[in-house]
Amino acid sequence: MIQLTHLQKLEAESIHVFREVVATCENPVMLWSIGKDSAVLLHLAVKAFYPAKLPFPLLHVDTTWKFREMIEFRDRRAKELGFDLLVHVNEDGVKAGVNPFDSGSRLHTDVMKTQGLKQALDKWKFDAAFGGARRDEEKSRAKERVFSLRSAEHRWDPKNQRPEPWRLYNTRKRPGESFRVFPISNWTEADVWDYIALEKIEVVPLYFAKERPVVERDGALIMRDDERMKIRPGEVVQNRMVRFRTLGCYPLTGAVESSAATLPEIIAEMRGSRSSERQGRVIDHDGSASMEQKKQEGYF
Amino acid sequence: MSVTLTRNELADALAEVGNQSLLRFFTCGSVDDGKSTLIGRLLYDSKAVFEDQLGALDKDSKKFGTQGDNLDFALLVDGLAAEREQGITIDVAYRYFSTPRRSFIVADTPGHEQYTRNMATGASTADLAVILIDARKGILPQTRRHSFIVSMLRVRRVVLAINKMDLVGFDESVFRRIVDEYRIAAARLGFATIECIPISARDGDNVTTRSASMPWYNGPVLLDYLETVDVNIAAATDAPFRLPVQWVNRPNLDFRGFAGTIASGRISQGDEIIAQPSGRRSRVARIVTADGDLETAGAEQAVTLTLADEVDVSRGDVIVAANDRIAARRHITASLIWMVEQPVEAGREYIVKLATASANATVSTLHHAVDIHTFEPKRAEVLRMNEIGLVTLAVDKPLVMADYAENRDLGGFILIDKFTNMTAGIGMIDSRADIFAAAPPVVNETLRQKLARLQIALRHRIGDPNSLRRRTFVKSVSWRALAAALIFVVGFTLTSQAGTAFALAVCDLVLRPVARTFHERLWKKATTSDPDSLDSGAGI
Repeated sequence: MIQLTHLQKLEAESIHVFREVVATCENPVMLWSIGKDSAVLLHLAVKAFYPAKLPFPLLHVDTTWKFREMIEFRDRRAKELGFDLLVHVNEDGVKAGVNPFDSGSRLHTDVMKTQGLKQALDKWKFDAAFGGARRDEEKSRAKERVFSLRSAEHRWDPKNQRPEPWRLYNTRKRPGESFRVFPISNWTEADVWDYIALEKIEVVPLYFAKERPVVERDGALIMRDDERMKIRPGEVVQNRMVRFRTLGCYPLTGAVESSAATLPEIIAEMRGSRSSERQGRVIDHDGSASMEQKKQEGYF
Repeated sequence: MSVTLTRNELADALAEVGNQSLLRFFTCGSVDDGKSTLIGRLLYDSKAVFEDQLGALDKDSKKFGTQGDNLDFALLVDGLAAEREQGITIDVAYRYFSTPRRSFIVADTPGHEQYTRNMATGASTADLAVILIDARKGILPQTRRHSFIVSMLRVRRVVLAINKMDLVGFDESVFRRIVDEYRIAAARLGFATIECIPISARDGDNVTTRSASMPWYNGPVLLDYLETVDVNIAAATDAPFRLPVQWVNRPNLDFRGFAGTIASGRISQGDEIIAQPSGRRSRVARIVTADGDLETAGAEQAVTLTLADEVDVSRGDVIVAANDRIAARRHITASLIWMVEQPVEAGREYIVKLATASANATVSTLHHAVDIHTFEPKRAEVLRMNEIGLVTLAVDKPLVMADYAENRDLGGFILIDKFTNMTAGIGMIDSRADIFAAAPPVVNETLRQKLARLQIALRHRIGDPNSLRRRTFVKSVSWRALAAALIFVVGFTLTSQAGTAFALAVCDLVLRPVARTFHERLWKKATTSDPDSLDSGAGI
């Protein structure tokens, strides 16, 4: 009897999901957010199709407000691993001058992320998009399926989800409809870090503690990644030892004070942590059910 | 906070992770049994709930909570806005927590009868079921219903968590009475183990810590039990090797790999295999993974096999061990749990998805529905949402399948509505089910319907054309005919009277099976539906 550990079981389950999509969908794509979950997702995808190359491109929806280190990492990894990288920016949003400071987090996320994503999916006519969301992240995610059906308008209907018994996924859809597929649905944040350590997966250096210029704003530590961030009266830019537990648009991502500069230290810190990773995400806190609502509107 | 870990400590921590096993369990109970409270309690005590989530919980508790000023743990798990407002669980939610010994995936399923389908979904992947009972109410009809669904999906380990012991004064006799009653009710359900634990989820008694209020209880605390229970009973070590082919990996002309997740058994390089339904034989050349070739792989591993010969295999085919008797069939007899508003009845067409294969399927007969309170079959014309019944489906191409009791992957299937694309039902193959358990309606039955029914009954008894069962049947028939012919020849040689010889042959043909049946009954071995008895020609 071959006894699998829980990470081996999770890995096998994720690979199964990847293969199921490629076997049944016409034109899949993998959403690459450049974060740690995406890093694990990419690693699993490579495993699922070995020795073949990735049978789908990677898509990055660039809000133009990502950390510079994320963009550098993205371009370097794409070159090293030789996969097909697509980048999409919502130009309408850029022209309208939407930005996280003046437009507010809600509008910025809707226009640059949600609408940008929809534009990209429509532009290349993708009928399945892999994402790195996990069910342990947020309450409404806990009830989303691995194969999440979206209408032609990309809407999610939480009351009309398909049951997913055993390993059986119903992959039928009408023309225009698409799936958001979450191969690491059943992974936790701890699983992701353990797997990164075990498999020696490279992640963006922003996860590791370093002296970085931060501003304390509305209770969060925001890193001043470039000149576009104006300093308000009374604010000071301080160099502090910080790291990020989750990565997004820099003005909307709070840093945590930490001295964990290596993988072992991160894992140790996380095991002792008493706050969730999404705490640093400004966009989740517009109300208790706000993620559910954003998802219904087409957010990943 | 600053915790530092040396390289060696990381190695130790990772080794610990490397040894951690996984338990998938699910919980069922009704609205008021405190199911969500129990899960909230497990998450909270195992530190899977973070401070900011607790902050939100504190806010939510004041807004929707039912626990006065105390934290309402149920609000941690009821995720959808509608659920929080109504204070009930509608959909299956998955929760995660871990202890140094084990990682847990919990499917939190709704208890109400109108959500039977969600419960079945949650149960389908579970190694163990936690059935909650309110100590004040004891065994309710819904407890029987939950237990029945648990047994249908072959979840063989059950924990009976008798909750709200605080509200019955931690009285041992209440606990004993419920346990005794449950053991009688569950006697027919074929569970491997039933562990009964008296708890108070709200305060954590016997959930994560031993209760000081129930000194009379010596059994395990719930979390300890979940951490240590052996979960590998489902994966029988000696199960035959079966790999439903999910995707053919062809990066270039030199490589042709068959990728999939092993449904059961194990395979090694060099093993002889058969690709079904074509029946082509070959040997395993390599077991390819991105981490290097494996010598051996087993159930639940996602692998890619290459074969020694050029064999045409595609998605939906199943690679099996060379000595495996599994075969492709065109008819499926199965228990069905119906999931959509539009009822199912004989004559309707769906798409069946079984492992990695799909086909068109027509419901040829709805034999009966099952009363989920009494477990008794009852006559039915249609199955409505959340109802359970026994059906026979005809598929338009042969599918490799097994009984669900023997193999979850090749015995569990979904039916998809062709027009809405919704998953309309989930089925569990049971080729030996008693299709006559409830008398079919005879009023107004046309001759054609009657013939169709007889045909299905016959096929049920003697197998599909080209099936192993049919071959065995034909073989025993031909053997009996040959034996009777021999008796005739011997009789005619001895007596020179054709009539006498013929009478002897007929007597042998008729009397021998009758005598044999009586003989078998005498030895209490007669099971008419056991194919092994067909093998030896009993009963004919």
